[in-house]
Amino acid sequence: MQTKKLFSLLLVMILSTLPGFAQDQIEMADLMRSNGKIYVVVAVAATVMLGLIIYLISIDRKVSSIEKKLKK
Amino acid sequence: MKNIWWKAVCIILLMYTVTMGFLGDVPAMAILNESIRNLYFHVTMWFAMMILLMVNLYNSIKYLGDPVLRTDEIAEESSRMAMVLGILGLLTGMVWAKYTWGAWWVNDVQLNGAAGTMLVYAAYFILRNSIEDEQKRGRIAAVYSIFAFAMMIVFIIILPRMGDSLHPGKGGNPGFSSYDLDHRLRLVFYPAVIGWTLLGVWIMNIRLRIRTINKSLES
Repeated sequence: MQTKKLFSLLLVMILSTLPGFAQDQIEMADLMRSNGKIYVVVAVAATVMLGLIIYLISIDRKVSSIEKKLKK
Repeated sequence: MKNIWWKAVCIILLMYTVTMGFLGDVPAMAILNESIRNLYFHVTMWFAMMILLMVNLYNSIKYLGDPVLRTDEIAEESSRMAMVLGILGLLTGMVWAKYTWGAWWVNDVQLNGAAGTMLVYAAYFILRNSIEDEQKRGRIAAVYSIFAFAMMIVFIIILPRMGDSLHPGKGGNPGFSSYDLDHRLRLVFYPAVIGWTLLGVWIMNIRLRIRTINKSLES
């Protein structure tokens, strides 16, 4: 019980400092970066990009092979 | 695969964009926060669109001097790809606007100008498709696209600077370049512009080759 009260008091104290904190510091996604989770996003985005590029290359090659066939 | 080198450059630059675009350092700014990274994905769409429209303009003028059908085809396909990029620019801009300005669409000169540009080029395609004769079509489309390019410049470059726009660098707002440490943004922004443009050129190139195949099949 005692610890719960102490905890909530602490929470209120921390929360009350937040508005002041936000004024002098612009919030950026630093937490995400410090956790390293941003790399997950990068991995996903890079995979999507790479997938699309590989598909584009395969289309390009297909067109090339049709061009070759037509020349014969 | 033909002309592999510039396609390789395209792939490298795009991979650089999607990794460094998220990991690179950006200036901390109120309201924008991390969404400043949209500079590499939204603003680059418009830059790539304008470069492709310059390709269209160049080929249109070239066609008027020397009416070769291929020149007209390049002009058409480049503006088609430019429109795809423009539509992506509008859609991504709407998402960004919702979270920074609070609405999907605000009555802003830049936004309306961009929409106006899309309509001007939509008319270009309608005009093209309404003319049967190839030579006539090429000539009229070329003349119209010179006009369309001028309208684009007025709509998205001149008017937004004269009126009040929420966009950076317009209507008294500071541009991104005026923020300190902007070189961090440029480091990804310029490669991103080249990368997206090359992707557009690549897709355009495939479409042009398919057209050639189609024609040789018909004949």
